[in-house]
Amino acid sequence: MATIVHQPPRIEEPGERSRGHDGFNNGGGRNLVPAVGHLPAVKDYAPPPASTGIWVVLASITMTFAAFTSALIVRQGSALDWRHLALPNILYFNTLVLIASSIALEVARRRMREFAGGLKSSAAEPTRFLYITLALGLVFVAGQALAWAQLRAQGLYLATNPNSSFFYVLTAVHAVHVLGGLGGLLRIIRKIGNSTLRKSTLDATVRYWHFMDGLWIYLLLLLWIRL
Amino acid sequence: MHDTSAHAHAAQHTAPTSFIRKHVFSLDHKVIGKQYYGLALVAVFVGMVLSWLMRIHLGWTNFAIPGLHLLTKNGAPGDMMTPEFYLQLMTMHATIMVFFVLTTAPFAAFGNYFLPIQVGAEDMPFPHFNMMSFWITFTAFLVLMASFFVGDGPTLGGWTQYAPLSAVGQVGGPGEGSGVVLWALSIAIFCVGQLLGSLNFITTTLDMRTRGMSLWRLPLSAWSWFITSCMGLTAFAVLMPACILLILDHVAGTSFFVPANTVINDQLQPHSGGSTLLWQHLFWFFGHPEVYIAIVPGMGIVSHVLVTNMRKPMLSHRVLIYAMGALAVLSYMVYGHHMFVSGMNPVSSLVFSFPTLIITIPSTIVVLIWMGSLYGAKLRINSASLFALGFISMFISGGISGFFLAQPSIDIMLHATYFVVGHFHLVMGVAAMFGIFAGTYFWFPKMYGRMMDEKLGKIHFWFSFVGAYAIFMPFHYLGLAGNVRRYQAFAPEYMQHLIPLHKFITIAALVTGAAQLVFLYNLFISRFKGDPASDNPWQATSLEWSTPTTPPPHNNFGEKLSVVYHDPYQYGVESSSGDYVMQTSPEKASADDEA
Repeated sequence: MATIVHQPPRIEEPGERSRGHDGFNNGGGRNLVPAVGHLPAVKDYAPPPASTGIWVVLASITMTFAAFTSALIVRQGSALDWRHLALPNILYFNTLVLIASSIALEVARRRMREFAGGLKSSAAEPTRFLYITLALGLVFVAGQALAWAQLRAQGLYLATNPNSSFFYVLTAVHAVHVLGGLGGLLRIIRKIGNSTLRKSTLDATVRYWHFMDGLWIYLLLLLWIRL
Repeated sequence: MHDTSAHAHAAQHTAPTSFIRKHVFSLDHKVIGKQYYGLALVAVFVGMVLSWLMRIHLGWTNFAIPGLHLLTKNGAPGDMMTPEFYLQLMTMHATIMVFFVLTTAPFAAFGNYFLPIQVGAEDMPFPHFNMMSFWITFTAFLVLMASFFVGDGPTLGGWTQYAPLSAVGQVGGPGEGSGVVLWALSIAIFCVGQLLGSLNFITTTLDMRTRGMSLWRLPLSAWSWFITSCMGLTAFAVLMPACILLILDHVAGTSFFVPANTVINDQLQPHSGGSTLLWQHLFWFFGHPEVYIAIVPGMGIVSHVLVTNMRKPMLSHRVLIYAMGALAVLSYMVYGHHMFVSGMNPVSSLVFSFPTLIITIPSTIVVLIWMGSLYGAKLRINSASLFALGFISMFISGGISGFFLAQPSIDIMLHATYFVVGHFHLVMGVAAMFGIFAGTYFWFPKMYGRMMDEKLGKIHFWFSFVGAYAIFMPFHYLGLAGNVRRYQAFAPEYMQHLIPLHKFITIAALVTGAAQLVFLYNLFISRFKGDPASDNPWQATSLEWSTPTTPPPHNNFGEKLSVVYHDPYQYGVESSSGDYVMQTSPEKASADDEA
């Protein structure tokens, strides 16, 4: 006959255990261990879904660009019609702009943390840095468009040769992802406005933005070097 | 603390009241799951009718199918099927079945409905993405269907869309212009939908588990959805760029996939330097994992159904999970076995042959665990468990021919024949369908609060089981006899004696298809007139059977989230409720409750 365990599972009181970090409550922490039974290897704290979700998103973006990369390598080696194009100089300027935007966003995140921790009384400063990031992001996309215009002026169109094809495709797909990131930044600014921003959302957006930064540097190298 | 958080979430998940939010643009994972199921149901009947048309034509080549011309502009003069129209039907049958049935039903439909409940969550973490995932998939289906009505019909290039034929445009034949563009667009859209779905599935499994629900305590079905979503995340992310490049070859004049000096229909193509193998590598890097995306959820569902009806746990819960994981990992290393006759370097063929033979090991382990667990079990025979057994049978029968095809020297002989068609229909098509049926009979009571008709279910099973073998076993013989696939008529003399067999297969296909109407009838009649189901009609242990109402309330568990105390399958133990202990019951179960 089965034994009934009489002791009910222990329900923790508020404040008994730290919920995540920095005082943000993100809906995590629901993976707590019941007090009864022998329960090894059950994690106390489940991260809020956005923290996990962003890695999932970045993994799938990585796979997409890995596919493009392998296509580029195969295509480059498959025929003699590859004409390596000289990259427009504005791309280097764009790269600096994107790096600067990442720095601005990092500053915004740190200021936001101080605000959330009660060290600062106003969210105006982090919001200002978010707007700077947003502006720099827009400058980057505009700069990319300018690079396309320069290539077109040289008579290099999407279908001109395989290198120009990959140039347009890779930069365009990257730019679409950057625009998605800009959307994310706007969402964060709105959430700061009505005080519904979660730390995990901010962190996820920041990670995404830094990833776009790294991805761009990778793409620049890929388009620059001749394999 | 826990209570507060549960309430906070319950507050966020207030039930919608408007019709649109409730039934159309719903954020509720249960509604989205049912929407996916509905989409798969529509798609499967469209796909089946297309296969009927092909089968009728193969059996009676000179028979004019009444009304056939309505489906196509030029493909059926006088209701007689042209070779091109046959290929268009074949391509659409495969695309609809693989993407909109085998991916959506076992993974997206059941996964959406039951994964959050099985892990003990109120919903998925990103409900808006979840809603978008369905509507994007639905859009993809509409785009694909639109190709029937645009230009000269859908593409005829096969669901694999091999370049250069798929990339040269109109000159390649009917449907190779707008048809291919719509196809590639549809699939690219589909990929986005499934990526959003996978994002939700992975985060649900990792982050939304309730108290006490460690990973090892997840039911096998939840594990299979998790593993599948990891595959989907990586596979669909590769197919999407491939489709983008294919579309560009069409609309922008690029040359990704068309080599220089390609002459098609006496016309020199303007493209230069593309690689046909590139498409195949990108496609099959997705395509092979896709096979497992279709079958692994079936494995999980079947295990879940079997364990409940065996009333005892699997021989090894963990080994079964490890084996499914191994299948997922290996599925990326074997894709080249689809390309043995594609012009790939023969050394690569050998390299891909090896993991292909290795992948039979986890498949065999899964089957052996099922068989070993069934041994000595007092299996409850009902529609769900019958279809689960049928799944195992189909998986073994279809899998065995995989041993032969894994070897390049044999595959070269058999690749373009019906042998391969028989192989993949059994192991991936029918087996996965049986998984869907097992899931449907098993979970229907929870989804609709009514039992399905067991008698009709058993009729459905026996006709489907015998029918599927009657259709697909002869395919192997046809292949060995040299019957080439993708041909719409058998003119050469050596194929003449195979025509009676084709007639037999056609009759079997029509009868088996008609049996699916029984299923459809059962589904609808049970939805409205079935016997009311209790909360736990199968005396099962996992969380979906512990919901306060049936069907579950909007937030699944009512006021308070469940707490989990046990491994998922505590059957064959003595307890106050009978021979099982539910995961949510604090009662002590067995000594070997490991987690």
